[in-house]
Amino acid sequence: MKNIRSLMGWEATILLLVVLALLAGALLSPDFLTAPNLSFLTANFSEVALMALTMTLLVIVAEIDLSVASILGMCSSLLGVLWSAHVPMPLALLLVFLAGGLAGLFNGLLVTRLGLPSLAVTIGTLALYRGLAYAFLGDRAVADFPAVYTNLGFGSVPGTQIPIPIALFLVLAVVVATLLHATSFGRGLYAIGANEVAARFAGLRVERVKLTLFVMSGLMSALAGIVYTFRFSSARADNASGFELGVIAAVLLGGVSIFGGRGSVVGAVAAVFLIGIINGALTIVDVPNEVLTVVTGLLLIGSVLVPNLLARFRAGRERRSRATQGGESGVST
Amino acid sequence: MTAGRQATPEALAARPNLVSQLLKAREISLVVILLVVLLGTAAINPRFMSVGSLRDLLLNVAIISLVVVGQTMVLLMKHVDLSVGSVVGLSAFLTGSLFIAHPGMPLPLAVLFGLGLGATLGAINGLLVAYGKVPALVATLGTLYVFRGVTYAVVHGGQINAGNLPPSFLSFATGSLLGVPNLVLLVLVVMVGFGIYLKSYRGGREYYAVGSNSEAAVLAGINVTRRTMTGFALSGAIAGLAGVLYLARYGTVDASAGSGLELQVIAAAVVGGVSINGGVGSLLGAGIGALLLGTMGSALVTLRAPAFYQQAIQGALLLLAISIDIVVARRTAKQLQQRSRG
Repeated sequence: MKNIRSLMGWEATILLLVVLALLAGALLSPDFLTAPNLSFLTANFSEVALMALTMTLLVIVAEIDLSVASILGMCSSLLGVLWSAHVPMPLALLLVFLAGGLAGLFNGLLVTRLGLPSLAVTIGTLALYRGLAYAFLGDRAVADFPAVYTNLGFGSVPGTQIPIPIALFLVLAVVVATLLHATSFGRGLYAIGANEVAARFAGLRVERVKLTLFVMSGLMSALAGIVYTFRFSSARADNASGFELGVIAAVLLGGVSIFGGRGSVVGAVAAVFLIGIINGALTIVDVPNEVLTVVTGLLLIGSVLVPNLLARFRAGRERRSRATQGGESGVST
Repeated sequence: MTAGRQATPEALAARPNLVSQLLKAREISLVVILLVVLLGTAAINPRFMSVGSLRDLLLNVAIISLVVVGQTMVLLMKHVDLSVGSVVGLSAFLTGSLFIAHPGMPLPLAVLFGLGLGATLGAINGLLVAYGKVPALVATLGTLYVFRGVTYAVVHGGQINAGNLPPSFLSFATGSLLGVPNLVLLVLVVMVGFGIYLKSYRGGREYYAVGSNSEAAVLAGINVTRRTMTGFALSGAIAGLAGVLYLARYGTVDASAGSGLELQVIAAAVVGGVSINGGVGSLLGAGIGALLLGTMGSALVTLRAPAFYQQAIQGALLLLAISIDIVVARRTAKQLQQRSRG
């Protein structure tokens, strides 16, 4: 109960920070809080947002997938190769999803069947899948995608300024949130993350659940790869390199515990928006993109450090108050 | 656990032996693979074994091997330092800027600067992990970003060229003693020094103790907090030194120098038998791991395989190494159990 309350507190904090970041942005530039700018700004982090959804589930079961951005790159590269080989687009998209799913399955099999730590496995597949991306496409770029598809990437939902990828993300966020917070599958994830041994004794099929999550992560990364390719109308092997860090930063900042068992989709989504908005606001005052990584890094560290320090502070205060109470009772007897 | 309690004295005595045998086997099998790669490539393209080509190979491996030393100490404690690539980059650039501002700066001062800067950055990681209780993965992922961002802010689109650096500094990198490049000698000295420290000194053994069982280490009177702090500071200092050598070797440094190095370093250590679960591994193994990965890279270039495949092969090798590790570890555990029953 206490955990839930402190978690809601954390999510409320992040949401408050989102509002503050929006206000700060508005103060920095009058163009900031305009529909076109917000539309551009949110479209910019749609891939990270998509991948953060499945990453949330993985981190809740105390696993991690560092290979997501490489799967994205591999899928983008594959899409380029298939399209330039005149494969019809629907078939190409199907094959891309298949590739992403297989990549996730491979991660999942290594983790669940061999019992390897997912951190080590996905550092390896991070290199492997990025290498495959280069093997598919080399340093070429494929850019001649038909407008029907690229419009899906950088267009908006008709009649609104909401970018289509972000609309897609919002729908999927609701789906994932429902899965996590309103189904027995979702409750099982918390159980596994909190205590895997206990979860196994309670009859949960831990391996199968984890395998499913890794496959979901692969499929989501494939989707992000397709979005990225269409949004920039460019398939390249180095697309989105390094994005995995942003995804993990967002998930942890959103209050999902790296040790598993705690977190929510709302928190992760709010954190994605927070990082995106801060970066957008700083971009508008001409802070170079690369320097923005400092912000992401500090947010990532702060998201774990601040609650730790607060907990220690609170524990210290409780101990002190208990000590004084003990003293009083000692006097009364 | 119960099997351990029932173990006969013979089985208990056999345990350290078996583990050390396994480790040796790992190092020997790596050397065999290394020789196969070297000879196989040389058989196809004899120029691969020429002095010049081997020299290049060693120079390429030197910087990674150096960073592996610090990473191994951190991995032994069951932590990880993802920020080393960023430390190398920042150190290389700032040392270069220092040379441009003070062209007459003597070489030892540059080395001291790199070490000091690296140790400071490493100490930040150590503070976060040891005192802030932030998991090393999160802390160093964060500082990877922060240090790299600082580098970009400082560099501001510029770069350091070999032409701006004093010739004496660059000639240190290209020079050699008895045919062995200075850089390689320096790295060898550091590796052997730390290798002996980790194997035979109390402080060195503490890294293993902390990584094997941190609670037991506390009970054994080890100051785990201070050991963690020292480990990260050393990893940073070594990466800082590697930055100075990077500058000396390549001469040209921009803001992206050293990015992605952390993965190569971790791959080398893990391929060399350093366990990501802490407490297991040696610098000898880690060094051979770095040499093997570097040799494979050069072999692929010599065999005219597209450079693109290198990354994929490195990833596949890492996966293979950790898979073999776990299978072997499981088989050993089973054998120990059977022996203790019998």
